[in-house]
Amino acid sequence: MAGYNNNQIKPTPPRWLLAELTYSCPLQCPYCSNPLDYASYKTELSTDDWKRVLTQARKMGAVQLGFSGGEPLTRQDLPELVRHARELGYYSNLITSGYGMTEEKIVQLKEAGLDHIQVSIQASTQELNDHIAGTASFEHKKQVAHLVKKHGYPMVLCVVIHRENIHQMPEILAMAEELGADYLELANTQYYGWAHINRDLLLPTQEQFEKAEAIAQAYKEKVAGKMKIYYVVPDFYEDRPKACMNGWGTTFLTIAPDGVALPCHSARELPGLECPNVNDYSIEEIWYESKTFNFFRGFDWMKEPCRSCDEKEKDFGGCRCQAYLLTGDMYNTDPVCSKSPEHGVIGQAIESARVAALAADEKPLVFRNSKNSRGMD
Amino acid sequence: MTINPQLPIHFSRTHRLQWEEAQQKFVILYPEGMVELNQSSAEILKCCDGERTLADIVTELEQKFATSGLHPDISAFLEVALNNGWIQQ
Ligand code: SF4
Ligand code: SF4
Repeated sequence: MAGYNNNQIKPTPPRWLLAELTYSCPLQCPYCSNPLDYASYKTELSTDDWKRVLTQARKMGAVQLGFSGGEPLTRQDLPELVRHARELGYYSNLITSGYGMTEEKIVQLKEAGLDHIQVSIQASTQELNDHIAGTASFEHKKQVAHLVKKHGYPMVLCVVIHRENIHQMPEILAMAEELGADYLELANTQYYGWAHINRDLLLPTQEQFEKAEAIAQAYKEKVAGKMKIYYVVPDFYEDRPKACMNGWGTTFLTIAPDGVALPCHSARELPGLECPNVNDYSIEEIWYESKTFNFFRGFDWMKEPCRSCDEKEKDFGGCRCQAYLLTGDMYNTDPVCSKSPEHGVIGQAIESARVAALAADEKPLVFRNSKNSRGMD
Repeated sequence: MTINPQLPIHFSRTHRLQWEEAQQKFVILYPEGMVELNQSSAEILKCCDGERTLADIVTELEQKFATSGLHPDISAFLEVALNNGWIQQ
């Protein structure tokens, strides 16, 4: 392992642990952030492995814990892991599609110490929800949302926004209010993983974005004090990139189902990082000493224009995965930035999506499932 | 929203107030988020037990820290807390 060099200040410890318990999922969302070749990672950490990871990360200072996937409910040991997390003092968040959730499970998880359940819904109508999820699931998701509330959890509804559902913004907001959501996360699609290959079909036009955002912002005021709305901005229409992961290796630690530790859940797509596995190293070694976690720490890795830019402490040069996917070089400035010499690729992506939207013979979405995944190796 | 002086104040059931050893401070935890508290904010929130009113909390803390004139600060902070959903009445 490479190690951070001694004349640098010691990195901050992780605060957020994302435990991707499994890649298996009964849904097939075409914007799923799991890797395209997820079907080739077959091994999953054991219950004891996860407990060890949770213990080690908590000791370093991690406090927010997300159980996600895939669909975390497919892991039979979920209540046991939740109980362990509670004993350690984590605030645990379950990030679920709701598929496979029963009232009994909701009660069992509450007793085990789960703090919060986030249910994702794909659209405001059954037809569109079931189409995008690739599975009939709409009515069940609404029931789950009710049960989450009924059993005293804070309820967070998450809707990923893209061209197929962006016109439903008013109905999505009304649905969330009707379901009694405490928080509504309107997450504009981030174009990695499956969303990247489906981008021509998912990326809305600027007019659609602006209209939807105005509706959401107005609603925010209407429901102030009752429902909090988090609006995740679509960075393709910004001229500065997001401060991805709050800076590489500063806050977030993701553990993939097979035990690979990642500074962000897309980092698996980057070449040459040699991501370490929790089967071989402790979380402390991984966080402070691994090559992967030190790769983009600080500013020394930067190229121009970031290197001499006075905004680099604000956005850290943007997202490494986006730089890699869109420019082919993970050291480049995130092309969302208008100072990037390759900023033009964003305009091309927007134009290409617009042309696809107008074309009569739109190609079909590539759904996230094992068959399609095996074709991506 | 403002604090009603007649009513007791309780800490939110959907948030958690917790001491963090690694950070040596109290934090408020809620879905996918965390707020770090300074010492005085934490002291005020610890008094929000569903029994005490604003005036009770002021008296309690003025005694505890052997001082006076805390009313404006405590009241202002509780209003922020109320609007953030950390406390309810
Ligand atoms: S985004 Fe959809 S397909 Fe991917 S893990 Fe979540 S629910 Fe499953
Ligand atoms: S040039 Fe780099 S550091 Fe400067 S604003 Fe753009 S992305 Fe951020």
